[in-house]
Amino acid sequence: MALLSVTDLSVSIGRLKPLDGISFDIGKGEIVGMVGESGSGKSLTAMSVMGLLPLIGGKMTSGSIRFDGIDLATLPEPRYRALRGRRIALISQNPMTSLDPIIRIGAQIDQVGILHLGLSDAAAKARSIDIMRQLRIPEAATVHGNYPHQLSGGMKQRVVIAMALAADPELMIADEPTTALDVTIQAQIIQIVVDLVRERGLSLMLITHDMGVVAQACDKVVVLYAGRVAERNGIDAIFGEPQHPYTRELIRCIPRHDQLRGSLTGIPGAVPSVMDYPSGCRFHPRCADALDICAGAIPALEQKAAGFAACHAAINAAGKVSAHG
Amino acid sequence: MANFLIKRLVLLIPVFLVVSVIIFMIIHLVPGDPIDNIVQIGSTPQQKAALTAKYGLDKPLIVQYAIWFGKLMTGDLGEAIILRQPVSSLIAQNLPHSLILGSLALAFSTVVGIATGALAAIRRDSWVDRTVMAVILLGSTVPSFWLGLLMILVFAVHLGWFPVSGARSWSALVLPVLTIGLGGVALVARVTRVAMMDISRRDFVMMLHAKGVPPWRINLQHILRHALLPVVTILSLRIGWILGGAVTIEYVFARPGLGSLLITSLNQRDYPVVQGCLLMLAIAVMLGTLLGDVVQALIDPRVRERTG
Ligand SMILES: Nc1ncnc2c1ncn2[C@@H]1O[C@H](COP(=O)(O)OP(=O)(O)O)[C@@H](O)[C@H]1O
Ligand code: SF4
Ligand SMILES: [Mg+2]
Repeated sequence: MALLSVTDLSVSIGRLKPLDGISFDIGKGEIVGMVGESGSGKSLTAMSVMGLLPLIGGKMTSGSIRFDGIDLATLPEPRYRALRGRRIALISQNPMTSLDPIIRIGAQIDQVGILHLGLSDAAAKARSIDIMRQLRIPEAATVHGNYPHQLSGGMKQRVVIAMALAADPELMIADEPTTALDVTIQAQIIQIVVDLVRERGLSLMLITHDMGVVAQACDKVVVLYAGRVAERNGIDAIFGEPQHPYTRELIRCIPRHDQLRGSLTGIPGAVPSVMDYPSGCRFHPRCADALDICAGAIPALEQKAAGFAACHAAINAAGKVSAHG
Repeated sequence: MANFLIKRLVLLIPVFLVVSVIIFMIIHLVPGDPIDNIVQIGSTPQQKAALTAKYGLDKPLIVQYAIWFGKLMTGDLGEAIILRQPVSSLIAQNLPHSLILGSLALAFSTVVGIATGALAAIRRDSWVDRTVMAVILLGSTVPSFWLGLLMILVFAVHLGWFPVSGARSWSALVLPVLTIGLGGVALVARVTRVAMMDISRRDFVMMLHAKGVPPWRINLQHILRHALLPVVTILSLRIGWILGGAVTIEYVFARPGLGSLLITSLNQRDYPVVQGCLLMLAIAVMLGTLLGDVVQALIDPRVRERTG
């Protein structure tokens, strides 16, 4: 059974409906990539799993999120809080702003051990320094007493990762953990996270807009477009026989000759706004393969080849183009 | 931190010099002089000139300033022309009253202001928040002397709970402290509330929630701590205001104090006393700012580094 199982998740924020029927699973020990251009709903999916939608005035309008058999949608807040940072941990996008600037680094990591593991101050500190060393933070004991502004961006992100690891979570959600960082250390940070997750057998939901990162790290991929799942598949199938035109575009945009990762500026057309999603398949205004029915009928997420895709033009498992079948 | 403190103190020296010049100039540029208030009716111009010379008021202003400042450096504030006492002893008699009133009012504004502001921010958009906001609006629009008169009328005259005026008992302090303090409560509560709501939207607060930290901890140990920075800034500005601004309130409640002394001697152009009082107020403002800086540096490591 999957560790995390998201089924038909829809979210509204006021009158906006930024997520529409998101489904995916994360198995134990699996690294699942979640890709899509900015605004496709990756962070909101993470917020939904963390149970933090109320903070931004959002709510789940349908679907379920199950974690290790627990129904998170109906979990009372105090029990949810006991899970956050303990069994499900978040690595946020921007390490520059994710730490409390007037509290020492150490205290912010220790907080997790004290809160969730009931450690004494001294035991929490020893544990934090140990984790910081594993993350290859030089002079961990000194850094433990530093303030965030005394650290570089890369070091801050390691500290954020240390906070996430502090209570030995089973599932980590990393929301574009390197986007805010210097390109030279992006791959390094991803590698540190992936190594740790593999070593400890944790599950990881790795949010990125970069297919190159997915190729580097993931077992499975969920491709989001405009608040819906476009395609879901194993890593080899996604790159070997992508079913959805959007997936193909994402792959086409991976920088090939450059060691450094670029952003997804290469797909023609603009990402639609949540205020004004296109009818039918939301990708149709940008899709080179669009059929007549694409503007009117919403493609269902169906088994296509080895995985799932929501596209009228994709060949389904039975070998037929679904639009005609 | 010691470094920080020394730097801040050194910075105050030029400020003090400039302030002393300004204080001296202001009072001497106001028309009228103290001699008019002490000569007897019918005295000759010669007698008046003699008195003017006796107090050194015939010398050029720059010389008068040099003499005053020279004495000041030895701790001598001079002699009151009208009241005929050393200025330092006049201040010694009056300052404690102002200090007690001022510090109680400050403590009242700080504690009650932060508490209500924080409560309103935490329970935002609830009836608690709306009530606090309404009271804040009232508190920041009603002039304090009017509030003072109203309080005297209600609590002293009608209900008889507190004395109408004077400084003989502790209960006589209640109404003046409330009068001065309520405006401060409104100000502090407003700043606290806005700052907390602002900070609660920052990324690190989201991260604290993601770490499973209970909301009361996030509010008190993180958000409120940040909110104290702007609160300390306005409080440190207000320390001078409370001492100086107590002037009208001391008058309304007929209390002795630096404010009353200042008004009386200003009316009589008693230069040395006015200078002494203003100097005390200026020092209070400077120390208030210094105290504010120190508290901010204690809260925020980045402030320590910037100047330390
Ligand atoms: N707090 C919010 N209020 C209103 N709309 C939001 C909010 N957060 C995100 N959205 C909208 O929801 C959509 C998905 O956002 P997000 O999950 O942040 O995308 P991603 O992480 O993939 O870039 C976007 O269109 C965004 O504008
Ligand atoms: S459903 Fe139509 S428009 Fe959408 S991706 Fe497939 S072919 Fe393109
Ligand atoms: Mg995002």
